[in-house]
Amino acid sequence: MAESLAPADADGLADAVRWAVAGEHPLEVVAGGSKRGLGRPVQSAATLSLAAFDGIVDYEPSELVLTAQAATPLAAVEAALAAERQMLAFEPADYAPLLGSGNGDRRRAPSGATLGGALACNLSGPRRIKAGAARDHFLGTHAVSGRGERFKTGGRVVKNVTGYDVCKLLAGSHGTLALMHEVTVKVLPAPERTRTVLVFGLEPAAAVEALGAALGSAHEVSGAAHMPAEAAARSAVSYVAGAGAAVTAVRVEGFPASVDARCQALRDLLGRFGAVEELHSKNSGTLWREIRDVRAFADESGPLWRLSLPPASGAEAAARVAEQVEARALFDWGGGLVWLAVGDAEDAGEAAVRAAAAFAGGHATLVRAAAPVRAARAVFQPQAPSVAALTARIKRAFDPAGVLNPGRMYAGV
Amino acid sequence: MPEPDAGVISQRQTLVAALRELLPEDCVIDDERGRRAFECDGLSAYRALPMIVVLPRDTDEVSRVLALCHERGVKIVPRGAGTGLSGGALPLADGVTVGFGKLNRILEIDTANRCAVVQPGVANLAISTATSPHGFYYAPDPSSQLACSIGGNVAENSGGVHCLKYGLTTNNLLGVEMVLMDGEVLRLGGKQFDAEGYDLLGVVTGSEGLLGVVTEVTVRILPKPATVRALLLGFPDNASAGACVGAIIAAGIIPAGLEMMDKPAIEAAEAFCQPGYPMDVAAILICELDGPEVEVDELVDQVGELARKSGATTIRTSRSEEERERFWLGRKTAFGAAGRMAPDYYVMDGTIPRARLPEVLTRIGELSREYDLPVANVFHAGDGNLHPLIMYDSAVPGALQRTEEMGAEILKLCVEVGGVLTGEHGVGVEKRDLMGTMFSEDDLKQQQRIKCAFDPAQLLNPGKVFPTLHRCAELGQMHVHRGETPFPDLPRF
Repeated sequence: MAESLAPADADGLADAVRWAVAGEHPLEVVAGGSKRGLGRPVQSAATLSLAAFDGIVDYEPSELVLTAQAATPLAAVEAALAAERQMLAFEPADYAPLLGSGNGDRRRAPSGATLGGALACNLSGPRRIKAGAARDHFLGTHAVSGRGERFKTGGRVVKNVTGYDVCKLLAGSHGTLALMHEVTVKVLPAPERTRTVLVFGLEPAAAVEALGAALGSAHEVSGAAHMPAEAAARSAVSYVAGAGAAVTAVRVEGFPASVDARCQALRDLLGRFGAVEELHSKNSGTLWREIRDVRAFADESGPLWRLSLPPASGAEAAARVAEQVEARALFDWGGGLVWLAVGDAEDAGEAAVRAAAAFAGGHATLVRAAAPVRAARAVFQPQAPSVAALTARIKRAFDPAGVLNPGRMYAGV
Repeated sequence: MPEPDAGVISQRQTLVAALRELLPEDCVIDDERGRRAFECDGLSAYRALPMIVVLPRDTDEVSRVLALCHERGVKIVPRGAGTGLSGGALPLADGVTVGFGKLNRILEIDTANRCAVVQPGVANLAISTATSPHGFYYAPDPSSQLACSIGGNVAENSGGVHCLKYGLTTNNLLGVEMVLMDGEVLRLGGKQFDAEGYDLLGVVTGSEGLLGVVTEVTVRILPKPATVRALLLGFPDNASAGACVGAIIAAGIIPAGLEMMDKPAIEAAEAFCQPGYPMDVAAILICELDGPEVEVDELVDQVGELARKSGATTIRTSRSEEERERFWLGRKTAFGAAGRMAPDYYVMDGTIPRARLPEVLTRIGELSREYDLPVANVFHAGDGNLHPLIMYDSAVPGALQRTEEMGAEILKLCVEVGGVLTGEHGVGVEKRDLMGTMFSEDDLKQQQRIKCAFDPAQLLNPGKVFPTLHRCAELGQMHVHRGETPFPDLPRF
């Protein structure tokens, strides 16, 4: 039976890694476990749990900085921030409903998603287009490398160019480089008011054009998504679900008078594309959480791809995939993020998806598929040989024995 | 700096000849007068004559130059516009300086994807100028933006006044084409929002030319804000100005820029360019707000009110572009103004938690008296990035050394209060030997292992950033006791 380690402190973490190195026991690293189904299945001899690293260490609202232990639940972080009318501006998604992990009651119960997990997977929500990704808010960390050595990088201030920006490298490394046990993030004031302008009945190409017009305007759009009719029908927001048509959504946030003015300006701008409607704060909150967590494809288990593309090519890329395999789409980031739920194609639609991503100049990740499929297929975008070689060298620089989540992203990495 | 390699220097003429086979005659600068122009960057107290200077015209030439130097074990120093303030482009007597002045074209303005593709030698401001007719601009705006190159901005992760709201270079980049020291060309990122695997672009940005040489840059461009207005606020002391900064942030306002100048900086500015700053105050804040007109108007009133409550004795709001630019004039020329006050000045660049500002300024004042060197402080107050300008006279024996000592004391103070050594200027040679105040040996070794992954021969810009050079083989070693069952105390479940 596989061993499970749960070190209580950073020195214990370092000991655990040295044990793994000495005995050649590859470790699967988990915190809340909400994203264990993300990436290639890890061939591990033991599970290393970071669960003990739970709790906010330091939060100074006036400095716009929060330090927490890595396994602090996102829900706890967000509650602490909300009490000070602040937020994680990168709007981290909770993948538990999508991956069918965590608690069964996905509408209410905490999923297990942690701050460290969101950073390790660089999960960023709809506000990515305005506020940046998780990696852009990740200021510093204390971690243990795959060598079993403790190190820190970054700091607790927003502006810092002292040494390499190792936080960027760790963000999105899926636990393959180091065990982050304490993390510091930049936080921002939460908006006082949120409004969403909806446009009804657009085809994806027109929707991406409309979103581009909104994003190219001076109206400081903080969300730009498009739900084809089927995806819209699954919303809990009655205005969206009841539309009986595709719904394109544009979010504005901030000070009340400003939001009202921008909302009106966007209605004027987008009116030429189709009928417009407006959601207020509560419904906006629900809708953008649904988009963030990809709820449209949550209550199912078929293959789900995430394409990151130059935004203007989003609709065309999705159409190209749909020509080859059955595929349902959801668009975020003005077309720059395309979710594609593909039918039961033998290869999870990989050939069609990779070709579309290549056409657009972007990349694709197989976020959800049965474990044998994720083991057999490239989950992450295959890299150019030069980049793949550099990636392998980076892995060795942190984890020469290959004990941290080996193979999670790429075979041998 | 590393001891120059006499063997390499003795081969100089053969190397010149080999480089001239790759590049046209005028792109390989061999004569001393030509090379002299490259002897320093913006940190002019440090100078060295480069062995050779090359000015490649495209990626292929860059790749071939690097491959040749790699093969011959010759060091490379990349150089943008030479405006850097930490000596990152300081030449090596046994190294080839690669300048990017000829790679200066804007390749594409893609308004549909809201990005621009440019060569590394393009000036920062030129991107905003070129995208302006389309209604866009490039947000990071280092004060040298008229001259500094985007390639240099990538190397240094440059900031600027507006990075409080819009982020540093790293937050505004989408992709690069870069050349590794062995000549290999690779692309990181593109026009999409995130990395396909490890965020290699993220670690290359701000790596001070130690990891690779950037030959093409894709930046995000943003729609120009509808309205921009500024407030000029005067305070009777530094503490009340600091309190006002806190109050603005606490009110949920993130200004486009929030700058502070202390009394000596105000006086220097007034003497230099007469921006009309109040002279009966100890500190001023310049607060710039941008966005929709209705928002800016409302926030200008709010900030004015917060300033009044914090004890401001001067509250002016810009009513025209001309007036707004006048508010900024003294701040933007602060370095030049310091240059008028003394024969030489030294710019520091630490970051501190905002709340510690008053005590840090008090301590800097004490150091100024202790070392008998005047200091003017300009400060990106919103994000805690401090720029003390130490004034000295390099003609006085030992003055530079005392200035550097005092600067080091200031930076140690920044670290002591929870801040960092450099907010936007980089480590370079200037702060290299202070890295140990912020990082342990293990912290630094882990960073150097990243260097080894990119440049195992350690030929790219050596001697910068890291106080101690370790061989990559040594850094890669790991002592493992296989077969033993140590750590019996590991908690398991």
